[in-house]
Amino acid sequence: MTQQSCDPTEQNTSPQPTSGTVAKDEIARFAKISDQWWNTEGKFRALHELNPLRTKFIRDHIARHFKRDPLEERPLRGLRVLDIGCGGGLLAEPMSRLGAHVTGIDAGATSISIARSHATLMGLQIDYRHYSPELLANDGEIFDVVLAMEVVEHVADLSEFLSISSALIQPKGAFFLSTLNRTLKSLALAKLAAEYILRWVPAGTHDWRKFQKPSELAAYLRPLDVHVQDLKGMTYSPMADTWCLSDDLGVNYIMYANRSL
Amino acid sequence: MTLSDLNTPDIDVDLLIIGGGLVGSVLAVALENTPIKTCIIDKGEDIDLSDADFDGRAFAISASNKNLLAAIGLWPVLEKDASPILEIRVSDGPSLLALHFDHKDVGDQPMGIMLENRHLRCALRDRLSSSQRARVLAPASVEALVNAPGGVQISLVDGRVVRAQLVVGADGRGSQTRAQAGIKLTRWPYPQTGIVCTVRHQRMHMNIAHERFLPSGPFAILPLTGDALGVQNRSSIVWTERADLAHVILDLDEDAFRSELMRRFGDFLGNIEIIGSRYAYPLSLQFAERFVDNRLALVGDAAHGMHPIAGQGLNMGLKDVATLAQVLAETYRLGLDIGGSQALSQYAKWRRFDHAAMLLATDMLNRLFSNDIAPVRIARDVGLAAVNAFPPIKNLFMRHAMGVSGDVPKLLRGQPL
Repeated sequence: MTQQSCDPTEQNTSPQPTSGTVAKDEIARFAKISDQWWNTEGKFRALHELNPLRTKFIRDHIARHFKRDPLEERPLRGLRVLDIGCGGGLLAEPMSRLGAHVTGIDAGATSISIARSHATLMGLQIDYRHYSPELLANDGEIFDVVLAMEVVEHVADLSEFLSISSALIQPKGAFFLSTLNRTLKSLALAKLAAEYILRWVPAGTHDWRKFQKPSELAAYLRPLDVHVQDLKGMTYSPMADTWCLSDDLGVNYIMYANRSL
Repeated sequence: MTLSDLNTPDIDVDLLIIGGGLVGSVLAVALENTPIKTCIIDKGEDIDLSDADFDGRAFAISASNKNLLAAIGLWPVLEKDASPILEIRVSDGPSLLALHFDHKDVGDQPMGIMLENRHLRCALRDRLSSSQRARVLAPASVEALVNAPGGVQISLVDGRVVRAQLVVGADGRGSQTRAQAGIKLTRWPYPQTGIVCTVRHQRMHMNIAHERFLPSGPFAILPLTGDALGVQNRSSIVWTERADLAHVILDLDEDAFRSELMRRFGDFLGNIEIIGSRYAYPLSLQFAERFVDNRLALVGDAAHGMHPIAGQGLNMGLKDVATLAQVLAETYRLGLDIGGSQALSQYAKWRRFDHAAMLLATDMLNRLFSNDIAPVRIARDVGLAAVNAFPPIKNLFMRHAMGVSGDVPKLLRGQPL
């Protein structure tokens, strides 16, 4: 938590911890606002339910790739992990508990504040920055693992985003992406049902036209020397009220790729 | 109390288990081969459990919980003192109609295993005293619990401070942990008392358990291992009696108590002799309105207490343990918060149906059988006959009692976490 925000637009409302001696009244104050991201029954409920699934997918692939035992105490120890679009830190925190040195960046200053105070509450050391991948690339930073979960459907220029993100991956490093497929099923389920009928996510969260087919993502990545290794659907089973990994890529899917050079 | 009053903990663990009885201890042992660090605190003095003045209590462990004991490595220690139940004969008082369950109808596993309390406790104590991951603080008790960053801070009466991500209340029917969390308890006392003792008999029991539905409540004869001579000549008795009569019976002298017992037991195993003490337990049905709270999970009798008619009290507690251990191990290994609401609701959701079904079933069985009203007697005899006549229904009952149906946690299938 020693990293200061480099973004001049960021207000001083967020905690700027410089050491482990964070004022305790700050912890209590920020505990309140963390509720938005960290309320498992709130606006991000669907994301919380998906979280164990994508964490498992990521952990198992990283463990295999870096030759670790996924069930040992800290299978990601020593690895530098970048979480692009980290939000409140839902994925950054488990990565940190699994032993990784995590950097989380997000365009939202409020999200970064929430992520910081929640990590402090949990006693975790995570480098959160209100920052962009471009700025990280300019700084010459490089990571063993880059995560872009539920991000590509929100970026302005996908091609640009993927080439900058890929440049942040160490040669032989790993890249994980998850997003929504552009199918009739995803239009019906992820857009119309989830936003307007079930209200799992706020209306207007997604623009279906920005959803990507797995083959389209793979085609963007190939010229960047990033090659898809595994692809799984994340599907909701209404009877059991649970999410599971499957081969149905029709709606939500998660992708694991390696940078070759 | 504010966050600034928090002290540096003396003991920093992942999981604090309040109550070092059978259920709490099994949970700590079950988590030993996961990265989760546990600490048990128990009020009790460290008594010598292998004392020869023996504790006559014994438990019928279901086949799935035997799998649990095997998966956590306790079975090799317990095996020599375990007595398999190969058949169960259920009879309805004076009626000749009876249910007969034979383990061969559903596979080659026994229906269950009889294990004595003292053997289970000794095995758990020995295992925990040499554990790398679990520590035991006893005698010790909790003074206060407060939320702390990423967990709970627990102050003990002796001044020590423990920090954990999650607290498990395994402190029995009168759980202080449950009361302090403000979790309400629904409780219906039965007008019955459970009398428990051990007998030595002349003939061998052949590993057959008997359950008799007598007007004052069920009377069970459960096969134990033999005494020093090695023959199958000891059984555990669970005798349900009307509460007002029970204390009269318990106060009888040795001979009078024995003849009251003989009237119910019969002479099919020859002469009987009572060994060890008599125990009495007031019976009640109780359940906590919820099994989880902020960074708290209840297991075993702290969560639910039921009629011993089907011998399911400890079995339900062990199933809680198998379920919670799996949820916690998986959550921890994904780097997620083991005390978070997601993990806790997964545990509660997984156990909810089983709890409700078992509480209802044991209560109904008791209400149905603990009376001598003629129409009810005829109806239940027809019911028993029907169950006996249709093997698929009987097998379903058996498989459920043996705990092998449904979405079964790994440990109950004998698989490691």
